[in-house]
Amino acid sequence: MLTPALVLGASSAYLLLLFAVAWWGDRRAQQGRSVVDNAWVYALSMAVYCTAWTYFGSVGRAASGGVWFLPIYLGPTLAMLLAWLVLRRMIRTARTHRITSIADFVASRYGKSPLLAGLVTLISVVGIVPYIALQLKAIASGYAVLTMPAGAPAAGASPWWRDGMLAVALALACFTMVFGTRRLDSTERHEGMVAAIAFESVVKLAAFVAVGVFVTWGLFDGPGALFARALAQPDLQALLALSQPERPFAYGQWFALTMLSMLSVLLLPRQFQVMVVENMREQHLRRAAWLFPAYLLAINLFVLPIALGGLMVLGRGADADTFVLSLPLAVGQPGLALAAFVGGLSAATGMVIVEAIAVSTMVSNDLVMPLLLRLPGLARRADLTGVLLAIRRAAIVLVLLLGYLYFHLAGEAYALVSIGLISFAAVAQFAPALLGGMYWKGGTREGALAGLLAGFALWAYTLMLPSIAKSGWWDSSFIEHGPWGVALLRPEQLLGLTGLDNLTHSLFWSLLANAGLFVGLSLLRTPSPRETSQALLFVDVLDRTQAAQPVFWRGRAQVADLQALAARFLGAAQAQRLFEDYARRSGAAGIGHIEPDARLVHFVETELAGAIGSASARVMVASVVEEEALDMDDVLRILDEASQLRAYSHALEQASAELRAANERLESLDRLKDDFMSSVTHELRTPLTSIRALAELMLAEPQMPQAQRQQFLGIVVAESERLSRLVNQVLDMAKIESGQAQWHDADVDLSALLRQAAQTVGELVHERGAELVLELPETPPPPLRADRDRLMQVLLNLLSNAAKFVPAGRGRIVLRLRTDAHGATVEVQDNGPGVPEHQRELVFEKFRQGGDAARRPQGTGLGLPISRQIVQHFGGRLELRPDCGQGACFAFTLPWTPPSEQTAPGAAAGDKP
Amino acid sequence: MRTRLLQQRLLGLFALALLLLNFPLLALWDRDVLVLGLPLFPAALFLLWALLIALLAWLMERTD
Repeated sequence: MLTPALVLGASSAYLLLLFAVAWWGDRRAQQGRSVVDNAWVYALSMAVYCTAWTYFGSVGRAASGGVWFLPIYLGPTLAMLLAWLVLRRMIRTARTHRITSIADFVASRYGKSPLLAGLVTLISVVGIVPYIALQLKAIASGYAVLTMPAGAPAAGASPWWRDGMLAVALALACFTMVFGTRRLDSTERHEGMVAAIAFESVVKLAAFVAVGVFVTWGLFDGPGALFARALAQPDLQALLALSQPERPFAYGQWFALTMLSMLSVLLLPRQFQVMVVENMREQHLRRAAWLFPAYLLAINLFVLPIALGGLMVLGRGADADTFVLSLPLAVGQPGLALAAFVGGLSAATGMVIVEAIAVSTMVSNDLVMPLLLRLPGLARRADLTGVLLAIRRAAIVLVLLLGYLYFHLAGEAYALVSIGLISFAAVAQFAPALLGGMYWKGGTREGALAGLLAGFALWAYTLMLPSIAKSGWWDSSFIEHGPWGVALLRPEQLLGLTGLDNLTHSLFWSLLANAGLFVGLSLLRTPSPRETSQALLFVDVLDRTQAAQPVFWRGRAQVADLQALAARFLGAAQAQRLFEDYARRSGAAGIGHIEPDARLVHFVETELAGAIGSASARVMVASVVEEEALDMDDVLRILDEASQLRAYSHALEQASAELRAANERLESLDRLKDDFMSSVTHELRTPLTSIRALAELMLAEPQMPQAQRQQFLGIVVAESERLSRLVNQVLDMAKIESGQAQWHDADVDLSALLRQAAQTVGELVHERGAELVLELPETPPPPLRADRDRLMQVLLNLLSNAAKFVPAGRGRIVLRLRTDAHGATVEVQDNGPGVPEHQRELVFEKFRQGGDAARRPQGTGLGLPISRQIVQHFGGRLELRPDCGQGACFAFTLPWTPPSEQTAPGAAAGDKP
Repeated sequence: MRTRLLQQRLLGLFALALLLLNFPLLALWDRDVLVLGLPLFPAALFLLWALLIALLAWLMERTD
């Protein structure tokens, strides 16, 4: 047992710490060094899903039903598997339209309907207030366990002014007001609050795991020993199995619970707040999507050990809901029990704070504002920011006081124990309208309204009313026999449907009616232009960037009117800043130069939506501008224009990419030209230098012996020849490349040509001591249309190259001609050193000669490139055969019918016709 | 194209999870067997859960 002072002191210290963390988070945000802007904090803030109901209730559920606590956490895992598809869509939509609550989301989708927003808010409040009460009850009963001597009867209710829970509720209201509504922000982001929630998630996980580790290893010798002892007891053994003999596995209920929690994790107002509204970057979702389920797994790991440990140590009669506290206390660990209580406190306060912000935003934007704005006095006030904040704060206090009141009235009643799932079932009613609206363009306002109303009504009748009746508030005979004795209307066996537990039963009927009416009524008429435009914006939200969203508005507006309107709800300074920003972005010189077009109206409406909700923003904007109603054709036309704009910008992107590529290519060509020039210059300089050196020598020494003079003159002549050959080839190359070469095409007899080429190089081959073998087909090939001299040039080039490379004395060159249906192939094979594989393409580049520089025979380095160009001109290709054994084998194939004149680009461009 | 592949993989993983965590595949684990001293059914449930989370983490953290 702990003294009340100690427990109260620890709780107060914890709450103060929470204030400090939130204050620090806000401060860092103002300094621009956000602590919230990362995926880990985002994931931890999602863990606000784990409330006191998880913290205490999971153990209680496990103690009575074994693994049945798990579907509540497997459902969110399923939802997170699709987070990247569904949640990201919600985040993008909410950001694009400045949506700050789930009511706003639904209302905005169906043409910004105030009625729909109000209905969603109402359902949220009715569904969530008991849930808040449950958190307060958890704190209260935890406190009682810690401070009451074991076995003592629960103290009677103390008068309200001495009630600790009222103080807790007010402290939480205070926290929420300070960090939830300090200022009006059209994004409704609260970094300090998120930091505090993430901190609370760490605290509750650490505390729960600490208790689990203590029970598993401190009280028992590890999990093996714990389970072994539990399995020895038949009643505990039954808990660990899925199905028991007398109670077969209710897989329908298992599935229903999984689905229910899967929907709830997306639709609970507090989850929407932390996951969608407080999201800083979409990319955070990538990590949070798996971190959050991992957190859920971690916090559930020790639920079974604690439940079994509690049952074994404290016995069956003990209250399993407080095992987390009573177990450490019973075995003399008050410190651990206090830590566990702080963990439970963090789970409860985290939920209450976020839920209060989320619900109060809805209440003020979607219930109070639409009514207040009808008051003539208020509607004329120039600055409503103060009123707005006051309403928000009052709504927070109201929500928390309602929670407290419910807690106080329902007390220990049945209604409170099962309220967690009842709340889940209430918010699950948003699923058809919200999720359906995100993917289906045909949904209408009436469909959503009717579906929600029917679902809510059936939820209340089949789940909420029976649970209230069972807590003894009124006669529960209508559950047994039906109202007025009509058995078909029994709320837990509606229309005689039996065989389902009451939660599954209620879910089935409410969601059936809900989805059925939503789809059915939507199909009655085509959506109105306004509904269609919103549907287009919601369903295709991922296809467009924010700037490319179409604006469905037409009319006349004044910049001054719009700015005054913004100033009324956002404050003059904030409005001025927004308009200056807008002017800068739209390229206007100042606020006075802003074009009052549809985009500006849309901008102001969106900003206002962040502060007062989209339905009220719509009404307010409509009151200061003259707008024309759009018909369906207008909507489609605007959409078309936006798509065209998108297509244009896409085409523009493509064109600029092409331009960039062309530019890069030009640059690389330019570089190639430079390389070529420097190579040419280099090649010219070598013979020039040697000619000049020898000439200078002879000039300087008139007494030079005749023989030496002769030798020098011989070199000069040879070098000059080389020089003129080089110049000729460069010119030749340039002509061919630029397409200015002259081609004299005639019928060429290839056999004769080859024979002549062999004759021409015969002398050179003979000098090198090599032999030249001519292999011609037996039947003379048909004539080929080509330029005889050019082909000869190619042949001589290849043959002289071969002669240069064959080994002296035992060289062998084969000149071969083969023909087939397509064309003639000429091969020149030698038994020289060959060309290494990595140089096979290199030898065809200008000035790149094969072989290493030292042993390389003289040459210009242009012969092969020119030959290749010539062969290409006739539609063939000159290449090095890779598979010719020893030596090199150059081959080219010429087709019988030369392709059209433009085959080789560049080379043939200037060809004669 | 690649984002579309991610979407399909996530949908596939979702279908897998739905099958693994529900009747009848879940009932296959319901036996009186001990694995490393732990009863098979709860151990299998947690392991399947962890496996799904690991697969999701692998899909989401791949930088493509």
